[in-house]
Amino acid sequence: MIPEFEKFKGFSAKNLPKEEPLAPGHRACQGCGEVLALRMVMKALGKNVIVCSATGCMEIITSPYPHTAWRVPWIHIAFENAASVASGVEAARKVLQRKGKIPKKHVDIMAVGGDGATGDIGLQWISGAMERGHDFLYVCLDNEAYMNTGVQRSGCTPYGAMTTTSPPGKQSFGQVTWKKNVPAIMAAHGIPYVATASPAYFIDLMNKVKKAALVKGPAYVHIYSPCPTGWGSAGERSVEISKLAVDTKVFPLYEVIEGRYFLSRKITKPKPVEEYLKLQRRFRHLDEEHIAYIQRRVDADYEKLVKLSEMA
Amino acid sequence: MGKRIGVEVSIAVADAVKLARAEVIPAYPITPQTHIVEHLAEIVANGELDAEYIPVESEHAAMSACCGAAAAGARVFTSSSAQGLSLMSEILYIPSTMRLPMVMVVANRAMSAPISIWNDHQDIMVQRDIGWIQTFAENGQEAVDLVLHAFRVAEDRKVSLPMIVNIDGFTLSHVIEPIELPTQEEVDDYIPPFKPKRKLDPRKPITMGPVGIPEVYTEAKVAHDHAIKNSRKVILKAWKEFADKFGREYHPVESYRAEGADMILVTMGSISETAMTAIDKMRDDGKNVGLVRIRLWRPFPAQEFRAATKHAKVLAVVDRCLPPGAVCGPVGAELRSVFYKIPGSPKIFSFVAGLGGRDVTVERFEEIIDKAEQFAKRRPKELYEVIGVREK
Repeated sequence: MIPEFEKFKGFSAKNLPKEEPLAPGHRACQGCGEVLALRMVMKALGKNVIVCSATGCMEIITSPYPHTAWRVPWIHIAFENAASVASGVEAARKVLQRKGKIPKKHVDIMAVGGDGATGDIGLQWISGAMERGHDFLYVCLDNEAYMNTGVQRSGCTPYGAMTTTSPPGKQSFGQVTWKKNVPAIMAAHGIPYVATASPAYFIDLMNKVKKAALVKGPAYVHIYSPCPTGWGSAGERSVEISKLAVDTKVFPLYEVIEGRYFLSRKITKPKPVEEYLKLQRRFRHLDEEHIAYIQRRVDADYEKLVKLSEMA
Repeated sequence: MGKRIGVEVSIAVADAVKLARAEVIPAYPITPQTHIVEHLAEIVANGELDAEYIPVESEHAAMSACCGAAAAGARVFTSSSAQGLSLMSEILYIPSTMRLPMVMVVANRAMSAPISIWNDHQDIMVQRDIGWIQTFAENGQEAVDLVLHAFRVAEDRKVSLPMIVNIDGFTLSHVIEPIELPTQEEVDDYIPPFKPKRKLDPRKPITMGPVGIPEVYTEAKVAHDHAIKNSRKVILKAWKEFADKFGREYHPVESYRAEGADMILVTMGSISETAMTAIDKMRDDGKNVGLVRIRLWRPFPAQEFRAATKHAKVLAVVDRCLPPGAVCGPVGAELRSVFYKIPGSPKIFSFVAGLGGRDVTVERFEEIIDKAEQFAKRRPKELYEVIGVREK
């Protein structure tokens, strides 16, 4: 077991931090599940953190000069490279501490990006930073498409989903590929901590983010982030949809601690995927056959995860 | 004063970076830059320099890590070349407008295709508008001196800009020259510790790299333009102090037998050494020729350049870069702008030579001067000429 976790008692409904390192008044859409997740991430981390942001929704809605929603040091350089920027920050702090130029006190370093910045364009940069073993956490806020540019498909867009670049038509039923398993790619780097989280299970989310920050070396948290604008879902149902994604086994919650898989929520009475799909316009065009295929594959993927967790 | 020793220029450059006490070195290998970063890795591994060497997975990541490290308050160095520099290109514009100081040595090399590891200036010329201060070294000693100068200038709070020192790949980077490295005390005295005005620090949170809406974008870019123009004073002062301390003088442009010359060759980088030999030979042959070399490329020293060439009738500008479809090479185009509509300005002829490692010999310089002489009498059809193209 990881020694840094021993001292951490965990968040509960009784000891949630009051601090809001991410201030309200930013410019996110109504019902944005991504900024909801980011707020919880920041509550878990507190103010002793340096944030390196990728280009994306969260970057533009929080930093239109001369305004900023950030009450912690925050830097944005470009789209694909937040993990490399974090590498530089971490290395700088290491040497400056050694030389006595800054206090020896530990400061968390977080890189954060969307699914495109993480699983597509930034994959090499993240892979490099993970492989080099920098002491930082990477948080992916996965809203399953390029939302900032107007809903284009990414490698994390789910099978069958309609986006502006995976439109259903006479020759197409939307996204033809299965969602890229980015947490598995991260786990394959042999880093000490990988987890998936959902804003519907916010205490679980905050505990995972805190553990990712506590662990020495690289850590990765992949967070499901509903996007009412891009998904064609009701803004007030973002939390409900997040919960359904977990309860239908579409987005399972788990941790990979030093290579061993642990299910955070075992789904014994799963709801059918159709219940999840029907709340989102992006899946509206799918016929029974497609839905049956999705159900089979979701079940199979979940089974694999259960087997992996049994090995632990 | 340090000892003068025979050393490979890349090794000496790395030693200069050590003397400057660089703190974070994110680097990715590319020929002909490799000896610089290899030697730095060795220096850090041996504990001779207290720094973090980040062996990144690409040049893009190198420049990204440079940005993070500089923003966190460390002294930053990296080095690259050609394809690697172009891979960084997206990021290069960012630390300059964000005013993050750092020093990069570019071992200049040709751009693909066809792939070539050999020297010319095409790699840096496509990056001339990135808003970094840029200098060009002629020889190994100058490469070392310009690196020390770069740390001093880049981190000056009045400047706070990234800086590139260009050294020609192989013809400079891989030659062994007698080079004098200053002592640690002398360098410590010349380059004060890096104290950034702002940095990423939870005790004093700031937002760096925010969105520039149309109402502020222009102002951000104008502020950057002012900063690089105003850096001139600091650049000159730092060279003056360098001369006082180390006895070697540097200026934005350098003249060789140019006083009163009718025709002036204009060069950048290491071919200037051959050009001086050519000038001597042509002077012996009775030609009234001289040489002006541009050391400071950005901010462009228009004033100094005009002063150095004011009596000349003809300028023969040698570019080591051929931008296909352009009016002429970039240095030629720049100098035509510098003299545009100025009464009594010299005729300017643009030549392209020395691409992809092709040697520019004394004979080639003679050819250039001969052609410029002819062109002055009879205007050429084209705005530039490529020298030394094989017929077969």
